[in-house]
Amino acid sequence: MEDNTLLAVKDLRTWFELKRWGFIHAGFVRAVDGVTFQIALGEAVTIVGESGSGKTTLLRTILGLAQPTSGEITFDGRRMDGQKAQDLVWLRSHVGFVQQDPYGALAPFMTVSRILKEPLAINKVDESEHEQRIRAVMDEVRLIPVEDFLNKYPHMLSGGQQQRVVIARAMILRPKLIVADEPVSMLDASVRVEVLELIRRIQKAHNLSVIYITHDLSSVRYFSERVFVMYAAKLVEKTDVGQVVQNPLHPYTQALLNAIPDPDPENVTRFRDIPPGEPPSLITPPTGCHFHPRCPRIIRGVCDVEDPPEFEPAPGHFVECWLYK
Amino acid sequence: MTGDMNSQTKPVTGNIADSATRDGPLLKVENVCLYFHASNGVVRAVEDVSFELNRGRSLAIIGESGCGKTSLARALLRLLPRNVETYTGRVFLDGTDLMKLSEERFRRNVRWVKISMVSQAAMNSLNPVLKVGDQVAEPLLLDHRLDKRKALERAREVFRIVGVPAAFLDRYAFELSGGMRQRAIIAMALVANPTLVILDEPTSALDVLTQANIMNALKKIKQELGLNFILITHDIATSSELADEVLCMYAGQLVEYNKAEQFYREPFHPYAQKLMASVPTLRIHKKPDFIAGHPPSLLNPPEGCRFAARCPKRFERCQEEPALFAYRDAAVKCWLYQQG
Ligand SMILES: Nc1ncnc2c1ncn2[C@@H]1O[C@H](COP(=O)(O)OP(=O)(O)OP(=O)(O)O)[C@@H](O)[C@H]1O
Ligand SMILES: Nc1ncnc2c1ncn2[C@@H]1O[C@H](COP(=O)(O)OP(=O)(O)OP(=O)(O)O)[C@@H](O)[C@H]1O
Ligand SMILES: [Mg+2]
Ligand SMILES: [Mg+2]
Repeated sequence: MEDNTLLAVKDLRTWFELKRWGFIHAGFVRAVDGVTFQIALGEAVTIVGESGSGKTTLLRTILGLAQPTSGEITFDGRRMDGQKAQDLVWLRSHVGFVQQDPYGALAPFMTVSRILKEPLAINKVDESEHEQRIRAVMDEVRLIPVEDFLNKYPHMLSGGQQQRVVIARAMILRPKLIVADEPVSMLDASVRVEVLELIRRIQKAHNLSVIYITHDLSSVRYFSERVFVMYAAKLVEKTDVGQVVQNPLHPYTQALLNAIPDPDPENVTRFRDIPPGEPPSLITPPTGCHFHPRCPRIIRGVCDVEDPPEFEPAPGHFVECWLYK
Repeated sequence: MTGDMNSQTKPVTGNIADSATRDGPLLKVENVCLYFHASNGVVRAVEDVSFELNRGRSLAIIGESGCGKTSLARALLRLLPRNVETYTGRVFLDGTDLMKLSEERFRRNVRWVKISMVSQAAMNSLNPVLKVGDQVAEPLLLDHRLDKRKALERAREVFRIVGVPAAFLDRYAFELSGGMRQRAIIAMALVANPTLVILDEPTSALDVLTQANIMNALKKIKQELGLNFILITHDIATSSELADEVLCMYAGQLVEYNKAEQFYREPFHPYAQKLMASVPTLRIHKKPDFIAGHPPSLLNPPEGCRFAARCPKRFERCQEEPALFAYRDAAVKCWLYQQG
C-alpha cells in the first residue's frame, strides 16, 4: 500500500484549550488523541463512532480547519501539519468536503448555478470554463435535465437533490479525496442509498478516495472497503468492512453492532445487550483504556491502569485492546 | 384522574372505559383528514386515514419524510396549527368520540391524561431555566391534578422507570446529555399514566448505543405497564423494535396497515416493498436498493394511485384511485389486492 498511500496520519492529537474567564488555563478537550491511519488512492473508508467521539474534529484537522496539537499529516506525499497558508490552499483544491447537515450546507439565497460557481471563482478557474464544468458536474450527480435545476434555490429541492448539490460542489474542483461528514444521516433510507450509490459511482469512475463519517454503520457497509471505529478520541479498531461485521474484536465495536437493529418482527421481544453508561469526558478521560468503565470484558489491574497500544491479531486487523495482547 | 398514582404499578385503564366499551378497540380512527393552508394552495397532509388499534398493541407509523406522519399524530391529539384548512373524520378512544369533546374537556380528560405525546425534537424544547424534575411533573400540576409534593414523587418514579438517576430531578436541561434529556421527555409523557403514548421520532437525533438503551427502556415499559405506544419514525429498522402493527403512509395516505410479523418479513404494497428493500441490513447480506424519483407534491397530488409513477408493478387500473382492500389480516391500498 506504501506507494499507493494518498493520506497518512500519524499519532495525531487535536486538543482544544479550555480557558476560564478567557485567559486562565482550565484544561484541554482531547478531541483527537493519538490517531494513526493510512488511506490508499481509490479506497473508501468509514469512520464510525458515537456523537462527540471526535470524528468531525479529526476531519477538520485533516482539512487544516483545526490546528493539530501534535502528530503528522501527509497528503499525496506532502506534509500538511505545518498549517502553511499555501499548503492549505493546495490541499483544499484536492479535497472535496461534504459537511454534516445538508439542510444548513447550502446558502438559501443562492441558486444552484451560483453555489457551484463559487469554488471555481475562489480557485481562479478560468471564467470561460465555468459553464461547462458546472454542467458536467451536474450531469455527473444526475441533476438532470441541467436546465431544470440551474436556477433553482435550495428550498425548491428535495433532501436528496440538495445533498446532490452539496456533492456536486465538493466534486467540481476534481479532488483526489472526498470527505463526507454524516452525508446521509438526515435523509430517508431510500434517498440515503441513492446518495451513497452516487458517491460510490463517482469514486470508482475517477479512482478517488473517500472518507465517510457516520454513526450508522449499516448504511455505509456496502459503500466502503474499510472501517475505523472511533471511541472517545481514539481509533479503537481498524479493519475490513466484512471483518468488522463478522468478527468484531473490540468490546466497543461488539456493543455498537449489537445496538444496530435490522428490521425484524422478533425485535419486539428481544432486549439488546448494551453496556450501561455514557462515553467519558474528553477533558478528564479515565486512566487506561477509555472504554474500561463500560467494558463487560475488563481485565482489572490492566485495562484501568494502562492505555492499550495497537495490536494486530490478524493481518490488517488492528485493535487497541488488552484482550489481544 | 386518580390521586394515588404513586402506589400503582399497573396503569389506570378503567377510568374512562366501562366494561362494555373495553371490548372494542382502544383506538378507532375513521376517515381522518387534515389539510393546511399554504401560500400557494392547500397541503393535503393527511387524507382519509382509517384504522383500529387494539388494547395492548403498539403501532409503528412509517413512511418517508413529509408523508404526513406528524400531521396524523397532531390530528389524533388535536394539536392543530393555526393554518388548518380541513380537519374532519372521527377518532374514538375507548369508545369516546374525541373530536366531539369541547376543547376544555379534551384538555382536562384526554391530552396528557389518556394520550400523551413526545414531539419530534422535543428534547431541545425543555425549558432551560426550570429544573428538569419540575418540568416532568408539570402535566400533573395542570388543573391542580396533584399537589406539588405528590407530583414530584411521581416524577421520581417515572424517572426510575425510564432510567434517569433521581439526582437529575434537580438539574437543568443543559446539564443533561442528549440521551438523558430524551429520557426525561419520555418520563414527562408517562407521568400522568396515560393509556396511549405517541412518540414522534424519539431517538433519531441520538446515536446508536443511546438509541438502543432507550428502546430497551421503552420495551420494558411496554411489557411491564401494558402501555400502548404509537411510534412514528422514518427509520424502519428502529420501528420494528416496538411495533405489533405497522401503518405505512405515502404522500398523505395510508397505503398499508399490517401485522408486524407479516410486514417486516414481506410487506404487501409495492411502495412498502421498495421501502423495505432500501433499508440497509447489518446481519443479512443484501445490497440495499433505492426508489427512483420522489413523492408527489401534496398541493396537487396526482389522480389515481399516488405511487403509480414510481411503481414497478403499475398497470392500467392504477389511473383510478384504489380503495383499501382487505388481504390476509392486512389492509392494502393497491389494485393488486382487489379480491374477485
Ligand atoms: N472548537 C472546539 N473547542 C472546544 N471543544 C471542541 C471544539 N470542537 C469540538 N469540541 C469538542 O470535541 C469533542 C468532539 O467533537 P466532534 O464534533 O469532533 O465529535 P463528533 O464525533 O463529530 O460528534 P457528532 O457525531 O455529534 O458530530 C466534543 O466534546 C466537542 O464538544
Ligand atoms: N402547519 C403546516 N402548514 C403547512 N404545511 C404543513 C404544516 N405542517 C406540515 N405541513 C406539510 O404537510 C406535509 C406533511 O408533514 P408532516 O410533518 O406531517 O410529515 P412527516 O411525515 O412527519 O415528515 P418528517 O419525517 O420529515 O417529520 C409536508 O408536506 C409538510 O410540509
Ligand atoms: Mg460530527
Ligand atoms: Mg414528522
